[in-house]
Amino acid sequence: MKALLSDRIPWVLIIGLLAATTPFWGSRYQIDLATYIVIFAMFATSLNLLIGSTGLVAFGHAAYFGVGAYVCGIFMGDLGIPFIAAWILGGVGAALVAAFFGYFCVRLTQTYFSMLTLACAQIVWAIAFKWNEVTGGEQGYPRVPMPEMGFLDPLFAPFVHPRALTAAKFYFIALVLSGLCIWLLQRITRSSFGRILNAIRDNPERTQFIGINVRRYQLIAFTLAGAFAGLAGGLFGIYKRGVYPDYAYWSKSAEVLIMTILGGIHSFWGPTVGSAVLILLNGMIVSYTEYWPFVLGVILLVILFAFPDGLMGTIEAFVSKPGERPEIIAKLIWWSAAGYAALVAVIGWTAAPRNLVMIGAGVAALAVLGLLQAHIMRVLERVFAFLKGRADA
Amino acid sequence: MHEVMLEVRNLTKAFSGFVATNDVSLTAEKNRITAVIGPNGAGKSTLFNLITGHIVPDQGVVILEGRDITAIAPHKICRLGMARSFQRTNIFPKLTVYENIQAAFISHGGRGLDMWGAATRQFRDKTDAMLDSLALTDVADTIAGEMSHGAQKQVELGIALAGEPRILLLDEPTAGMSAQETRESIALLAKIAQERGLTLLFTEHDMDVVFSISQKIAVLHQGRIIATGSPQEVRENEEVRRVYLGGGKH
Repeated sequence: MKALLSDRIPWVLIIGLLAATTPFWGSRYQIDLATYIVIFAMFATSLNLLIGSTGLVAFGHAAYFGVGAYVCGIFMGDLGIPFIAAWILGGVGAALVAAFFGYFCVRLTQTYFSMLTLACAQIVWAIAFKWNEVTGGEQGYPRVPMPEMGFLDPLFAPFVHPRALTAAKFYFIALVLSGLCIWLLQRITRSSFGRILNAIRDNPERTQFIGINVRRYQLIAFTLAGAFAGLAGGLFGIYKRGVYPDYAYWSKSAEVLIMTILGGIHSFWGPTVGSAVLILLNGMIVSYTEYWPFVLGVILLVILFAFPDGLMGTIEAFVSKPGERPEIIAKLIWWSAAGYAALVAVIGWTAAPRNLVMIGAGVAALAVLGLLQAHIMRVLERVFAFLKGRADA
Repeated sequence: MHEVMLEVRNLTKAFSGFVATNDVSLTAEKNRITAVIGPNGAGKSTLFNLITGHIVPDQGVVILEGRDITAIAPHKICRLGMARSFQRTNIFPKLTVYENIQAAFISHGGRGLDMWGAATRQFRDKTDAMLDSLALTDVADTIAGEMSHGAQKQVELGIALAGEPRILLLDEPTAGMSAQETRESIALLAKIAQERGLTLLFTEHDMDVVFSISQKIAVLHQGRIIATGSPQEVRENEEVRRVYLGGGKH
């Protein structure tokens, strides 16, 4: 099914070209958004090595993102170490911390594992928050310098507006390094090691009895995922020109988790797609409404209820299984309608003065959609199956 | 007399006071098929879990080819040449049949920590041969978890055999199979055991199966071995008749 997707349209080429040329056609704001996306694509993909490949739902992945950001930032800012060396040290530091916490975490399973990773992340956050001498404590560490990027001037200076030049050059560095890391993660995911991780995800007990030390493999996966999260964090600290305790906070962990689930955990490119979609959506929606968290909640609800395989999983099913298309389209329409009705109701509620008509209309629509869900879905499915039959004939 | 492959000596395990395995001693001879039978709750699965290291015994030892393997971690015992199947079917449900078998070969071939080479290129010949010998070639690309129970049992057997074990422990290999599937599966098992020179130790509730292929039978009752011997001897044993065979069922 992946072959189908890439055969018809050269997706990788199109997206690669789009990404590589962003500095030349994009505004300063768009370049910033693109940098954010490539960094979080790597961050989310590293998380999916645990969730999708190994079946370990880690709730505290931001801890290693934060450690990488602090180590890279402080080594560059206070110790004057060159960017590439500091960046790699950030990854190594994150890997060491991940190995230490992971040693305890992989001894627990499922919910307990998830809760312990969250607890470990809160420890990292608390240390960053209080260790004033090193991390700058609550105020954060704002002295992260831009790396020396003069060698990129010939490539960008003639084409990019001077005010966007630094952003363009750093975007390029982030794109190359993040691309490299995602490629490495792909090799790992599809390697023999990755296959054993899949076996552990499916059935840890059985995996033990094909001669695998399950905890050891889980710990290696945890450490690797932490290392790549740390490398993403290092880039993010430079991008934001500072490192703050909230990089390791649970809300950051939740953000990357939502991206991963939105894109789809069963597809390697799911987390990348998820981070792009969520970041772009955020960028668009915040200029229209202040209810971004509400929109985010609705998106998550729809994904979890209706499309648990995420965007990529659903698209792959749509392309490869024509029989499921009417159902997918019907679900999409029903859930969009429900989401829209909920949004109308909430906007009516929060408007000043409270708009009773909007609340009433939204709630009524939700009630109708909810009560008649089975019927509506059946009718929609029939309509689309009929249309499909006509199209095929 | 045949050489001893596996020996269990005075094995005892209690779970919060309840003695699941009580002073069990048993041997499985090389290249022979040994069955452990007994009513539900007799302690068959516990005995298997003790042998394979999933449960640590309170007392007693497990000896594999002269080597004490008591309380060694399961993955290490597996590497010493013992393979097992589980009572509830135990496969990798989201992987394809092909990937299931291939994963087992990757592990046994020592390539588990290879993070570079693509998994799809590993051990293709061996995987193909295994699928062929289990008549699974046609369903190689099916998601294993979506297949019938009987077919999943075949996959599980393939995973176990991929380690080229010298002894295979099967916990109720025909549980949940139809009569037809049971016959086919048992014929295949006997054939594979003979071809590969495998020592087989299995538990089973279907008495026809047990008496048709085993060369030795041990009867477990309330955690104790009450009789051991050839099928003929066990069939004629008074106590066995009383507690088990005489029960009407089977």
